[in-house]
Amino acid sequence: MTTTDLGLTIRRQSATPASGTNIRRDHSTPALEISKLVDIDLCIGCKACEVACKEWNDLQVEETHLFSGYQSHPDLTPHTWDLMRFNEVELAGGALAWLIRKDSCLHCEEPGCLLACPAPGAVIQYENGIVDFNQDACIGCQYCVSGCPFDIPRFDTVTKKVYKCTLCIDRVSTGLEPACVKACPTGAIRFGTKEDMLAYGNEKVEKLKARGFTEAMLYDPVGVGGLHMMYVVPRGEILEQYGLPVDPTVTAPTSFPSLIGALRKVGATASWAGLLAAAVYFLKTGKRYPPPEEEAVAAAYEKAPHG
Amino acid sequence: MVSLAATFGRGAMTNHWVDFKNSDLFLVIGANPAENHPCGWKWAFHARDHRGARIIHVDPRFTRTSATADKWVAIRAGTDVAFFGGMIRHILENQLYHDEYVKLHTNASFVVSEGFSFQDGLFSGYDEAAREYDTSTWEYERMAAPAPGEGEDAAPSEGFAVRDLSLQHPRSVFQLLKQHYARYTPEVVEEVTGIPADEFVAIADEFGSTGVPEKVGNIVYAVGLTHHTQGSQMIRAAAIVQLLLGNMGRPGGGMNAERGHANIQGNTDNAQSWEILPGYLQIPRPGMETLDQYETPASLTQMDAGSINFFGSNYRKFMISLLKAWYGESAQAANEFHYSYIPKPDKNWSWMTFYAEALAGRLHGLFNSGMSSVNIGPDSNRVVQALSRLKWLVVMDPFPTASSEFWHGEGVDPASVDTEVFFLPTTHWIEKAGAFVNSGRWTQWKHAALPAEGDVKDDAYILSQLLLRLQALYQKEGGAFPDPILDLHWPYSNPNNPPLEEVSREINGRDLTTGAQLATFNDAKDDGTTAIGNWIYTGSWTEEGNMMDRRGTDDPTGLGFFHNWAWSWPANRRVLYNRASADADGRPWDATRPGIVWNGQTWKGDVPDFTPDSPPSEGKGAFIMTGEGVARIFAPGSLMMDGPIPEHYEPVESPVENVLSPTRRVPTTILYEGVAASFAEDDSEFPYVATTYRVTEHEHFVTQYVPYLVEAMPDFFIELPRELANEKGISDLDQVRVSSKRGHVQGVALVTKRMRPLRLGNKVVYQVGIPVHWHPTGGHGKGNTAQMVNLLTPYVGDGTTVTPEFKAFLVNVERA
Repeated sequence: MTTTDLGLTIRRQSATPASGTNIRRDHSTPALEISKLVDIDLCIGCKACEVACKEWNDLQVEETHLFSGYQSHPDLTPHTWDLMRFNEVELAGGALAWLIRKDSCLHCEEPGCLLACPAPGAVIQYENGIVDFNQDACIGCQYCVSGCPFDIPRFDTVTKKVYKCTLCIDRVSTGLEPACVKACPTGAIRFGTKEDMLAYGNEKVEKLKARGFTEAMLYDPVGVGGLHMMYVVPRGEILEQYGLPVDPTVTAPTSFPSLIGALRKVGATASWAGLLAAAVYFLKTGKRYPPPEEEAVAAAYEKAPHG
Repeated sequence: MVSLAATFGRGAMTNHWVDFKNSDLFLVIGANPAENHPCGWKWAFHARDHRGARIIHVDPRFTRTSATADKWVAIRAGTDVAFFGGMIRHILENQLYHDEYVKLHTNASFVVSEGFSFQDGLFSGYDEAAREYDTSTWEYERMAAPAPGEGEDAAPSEGFAVRDLSLQHPRSVFQLLKQHYARYTPEVVEEVTGIPADEFVAIADEFGSTGVPEKVGNIVYAVGLTHHTQGSQMIRAAAIVQLLLGNMGRPGGGMNAERGHANIQGNTDNAQSWEILPGYLQIPRPGMETLDQYETPASLTQMDAGSINFFGSNYRKFMISLLKAWYGESAQAANEFHYSYIPKPDKNWSWMTFYAEALAGRLHGLFNSGMSSVNIGPDSNRVVQALSRLKWLVVMDPFPTASSEFWHGEGVDPASVDTEVFFLPTTHWIEKAGAFVNSGRWTQWKHAALPAEGDVKDDAYILSQLLLRLQALYQKEGGAFPDPILDLHWPYSNPNNPPLEEVSREINGRDLTTGAQLATFNDAKDDGTTAIGNWIYTGSWTEEGNMMDRRGTDDPTGLGFFHNWAWSWPANRRVLYNRASADADGRPWDATRPGIVWNGQTWKGDVPDFTPDSPPSEGKGAFIMTGEGVARIFAPGSLMMDGPIPEHYEPVESPVENVLSPTRRVPTTILYEGVAASFAEDDSEFPYVATTYRVTEHEHFVTQYVPYLVEAMPDFFIELPRELANEKGISDLDQVRVSSKRGHVQGVALVTKRMRPLRLGNKVVYQVGIPVHWHPTGGHGKGNTAQMVNLLTPYVGDGTTVTPEFKAFLVNVERA
């Protein structure tokens, strides 16, 4: 496969008007659009994807403790980009369901993180749909965190940068499937063209309906322009119990003072160019600064036992 | 495995993982395949997505298998015989069985001898003092020799079993079965298992619906059935269900025993079990002093005109070929190929017996290789005491274990331990080539993935050094009876560390005249001209090379046999007993899922588990490994030491009396010296049923050294139902102490909806779940002794196999 086939031409970059470089793009063929698909019906919650993600990306081991059932971490962290979320639910009629969902970046077609990012080139969207962060260009302002309708990016207080799933762009760019896909023992995580994944997902939804999951759905919300990691959800009627927003959108602007606060927090780590870009971005969108992510994680750990 | 051999002839999963795609219905019981066999379990999902299969899960806990099943029902741990007994009754009462199959392929029509009886939970022949059965009445009625002048020209039939194909004879296996299980009504099943009668009937009806030719049901189980005092009878009971429904030998059907570790099937195949030699040849008993006295087991004498009796008629060839592999040139006909060198144990020498002997001061040394006595238990405190009485203990392992470190463990005063402990660090399987045998008997060659790290040695090196140095010592110093050690054949290019490729070739076997690798066990000889390390593996490394290393993905039938992917024993057969996939005329029960089909000249499809050119008109039986030629619903003679038909007994520790008979516990379990006092007699002090298990994030004890996996599932926990937690004032994540009459553990409480109280008659019973993985040398350096679940488990085993009871015992739970 050539680079063009893999859709690795940059479509747009954060804070960069007319951002596509188009240098290598051969416009005679349409760009290959790719997607992951998580078939929740086939997911056994084994966490192989979680571990494979950490191994492939060489993410550091974190000390964890049980805090609620079988889930390993209370939340995503700068060192955990893929997390199995578990939820025990009693359904109407008393039957039990254990909802298990792989949580990681959904690679939106309209990425809230990219639109929110004031640092030129810190968030990059490729023609194939992958949304990646370039930490070298990141100013640590965390606008991407509040811009993300799925609460995915995580700020590292040590490096002052933000991290998330890259859709294994390093693997994909050499023709390999993402690490989570390769590790999945049941074929619950699939990878292919968006078209093929849509076809699989729609067919699977019909099968689930035939099995009595009348509200089964393919999760690919229009509010974010569709996803490059879709879900087949058996119980669409309780989408939020899986931890999925029913109608995600790219969030609306807020007030100017929060920008000032954001700039103060960004402080010395950010480049002046970045700050300028941030200010320009605010004037355009009015995004506000979120609470530092690590505080939420620390709070969750405090509630958990240690020993 | 013993129970499968007693029923079908071989102790192995009958079908294989890929074959799950051919099933219509899965009954998963005593297993948690989504968590413990995820790579294989995808084929069940495949069946659901592609042929509309359904999955029913019966388990004390709602697990990740239940989460992905179509239906889950909670069962009290240790009551599976009652569950299957109720199913057998339901299938018989409602004529759900596959009549033609039952008559053709099972011993339902065999007539049992007059002396056989069953009363008050005991079969005929019980000796209470010895806790043993005299099994002589558990036999078939035999045909007499024809009277003089009568039928002299007919085929010999003397000694064959009497059959009644109408199944009406009151002593026919079929009628005995009906009579035996008449007591197992849905109401009784409810009172014993805790499964509401209506839910039970719904499951029995649904699984019973596979008793027709066009549907196939699959029973999937694992150590949730085997690890009980009546584990082998639970499996037998499930196997009887499958035989009645005609689900054996067919693609998509079977009794599918999921084996634990990657290579546990290879382990039993190669006789890491005291009562067998490689290839399931039996270990000789005292009195079998010569090869002629080494009896082919009684179950392998021909008992029906239609029986091929393959195993029975080749037994001697396989044994002599094994002796030639072990003793080489020095094994000659004149010295009976050194048969006399084989130990003839005078009693049960299973695993728990080792520790009992050590405690009694009669066992002086022990090797732990690929296992850890202390972690595995049962009753780890007792095991620690036993190890303390040894003179020496050698632990061969890639990592320190609770056994290598027991002498300075919590509560142990090193000064009081005289045992000299040697820890020999070994290579990990990732660091060496070799073969893995999966549950489905697929034997797949693997290559070393990483170079060995640190100062470690291969197990083969250590074992070779043991031999070579012992030989040198005997040669130098002499000694009593050195011959079996000195005569051992060690023909490897590097005797100090035999390459496993050469060992594999030796296991396959060769023709000693031509030097060629054997292609099939049909070429085994009893004159000493063939040497075979394990006859069931013959064909795995032929003149064509290492068949286990093949990766062909062609599948001409579309049924997933994949005959060119790796190699499966025996003879690369993928579905065992596949002759039973067809009717008397050789036509498949279901033309869309044929196992083998008679094409006029030969059997086609899978590798036939049958004489390939024996036409259906010859009427040979489908089960070539039994003397009957059919599968055994009734297991005659001493195949099962605790009864020819499964009967429910309560676990050794149980909160209730036995509803089905006055005999509360399995009458033949071995009661080791001093253990009786370590069992809770009732639920007054220890009111809750505990069960142990594994989670998907960890592999037994070893992954406690893998940081990412410790991160994924960090803490030792105890799962409790909400109702019990409320009663005891325990909140989620509280530290709780769980105690049995033998010891205690402490861990984090996970209060969950996934554990449910069970109603047994007027009584509510709570079950708690405790995983096995945590131990003092694990936890990424943070493990401790009070995380070893086997501190709790009772020192008692199965009535036939002596496999320990890990799955049902009584505990108390308190906030720590």
